[in-house]
Amino acid sequence: MADKIRIATAPLAGCFGCHMSLLDIDERLLDLIEVAEFDCSPLNDFKRVGSADIGLIEGGVANTENVETLRDFRRHCRILVAVGACAVNGGIPAMRNQFDLRDCLEESYVNGIGVENPMIPNDPEIPLLLDKVHPIHEVVKIDYFLPGCPPSADSIWTFLTELIEGRPVSFPYTQIHYD
Amino acid sequence: MNTRKTFRMDGRTIPFEDGQSIIDAALAAGEYIPHLCHNPEFTPHGSCRVCTVDVDGRMVSACTQPAAEGQQVVNNSDPVNHYRRRLLQMLFVEGNHVCPGCEKSGACQLQAVAYYTGMLAPHFTHFFPRREVDASHPDTVIDFNRCILCELCVRASRDVDGKNVFSISGRGIQSRLIINSNTGRLGDSDYDRADKAASVCPVGAILPKHQGYEVPIGERLYDQRPISVVGDVAQAKQGDNGDG
Ligand code: SF4
Repeated sequence: MADKIRIATAPLAGCFGCHMSLLDIDERLLDLIEVAEFDCSPLNDFKRVGSADIGLIEGGVANTENVETLRDFRRHCRILVAVGACAVNGGIPAMRNQFDLRDCLEESYVNGIGVENPMIPNDPEIPLLLDKVHPIHEVVKIDYFLPGCPPSADSIWTFLTELIEGRPVSFPYTQIHYD
Repeated sequence: MNTRKTFRMDGRTIPFEDGQSIIDAALAAGEYIPHLCHNPEFTPHGSCRVCTVDVDGRMVSACTQPAAEGQQVVNNSDPVNHYRRRLLQMLFVEGNHVCPGCEKSGACQLQAVAYYTGMLAPHFTHFFPRREVDASHPDTVIDFNRCILCELCVRASRDVDGKNVFSISGRGIQSRLIINSNTGRLGDSDYDRADKAASVCPVGAILPKHQGYEVPIGERLYDQRPISVVGDVAQAKQGDNGDG
């Protein structure tokens, strides 16, 4: 048979809900793997993106590692998709943009209720936080946007099947929501 | 006197009375023109421009443009909706509209009109402005992050409640909603939850307290069917259907 479509997925500053929603397509996963296979994804634990036809990004950009992963995906994916509210507009994590970063860190690690050993973590292994959380289209070019918190399994399914079959992507009214 | 004047919109003949705006005539005929700052109960404001239509080749706001005999109006077309989408995207990035964290989600007109026009993403760069939340009033909270400056609360408080609780201050990007009380807080103003101003906000900026999720997400006005079907056009449709 023809080569399978390669799909890579990455979680940035999100909650993994969009990945859970992808798994919520349930037995349709069996239909999907007839025509597609996974490149790197938390679902198979491959760490670096090889080369993919479709890259699905969950989450916004909140730290230096997110920037690196996102750019890596852009370089290696033919089609890059913002999946879910956080990737599309920053979502809930971007609510920290209302505050200075130092205030957020001090609230969590110094002044917060029940904090023991108060100190702001500074191990060099920990990716540096960006001053603000950004939607991913502010960092790289994005080809498709799939809103929702998370997008429902049905909208993910509509999107993937129409894209893979080469049809114009369009959704029934109830499959597009921002919440 | 009684020969009905008409204009054409998207292939339909729409009757109107002298002095009626394009949007009100369309609404009376059961035709939806997307809008945010317009509410037929109040004087037109013409600020959000979402009701922009193409009238004989010119883009005008349907809420401020008087209907005229023989006008050719394009309402629901790809170019017009593209233009509206851009306006909506600007509204989204100018404020902080976090739908997953908003009590109004599903019943919000900004969101519903964006769904209607097929907006999937904000397109522009977010401003992430820093704005306040005023929870000083016992019955109502004001989240300035979501205010789109439609002035419906201003008009309702001034023209119906006779109170002038709200006003817009500043110009251009500095424009913001202010509250008429000596502290600038809602709790110290004449506002009351029975006011007309309490129920006109098209977004989640003026919110009643203590009832946030009484109607669950998923079962709200615009969750299942588009605003073009269940919005104010639904009430208008119960009257004269006016097809020409
Ligand atoms: S608070 Fe609501 S009604 Fe008042 S101007 Fe802002 S968006 Fe309009």
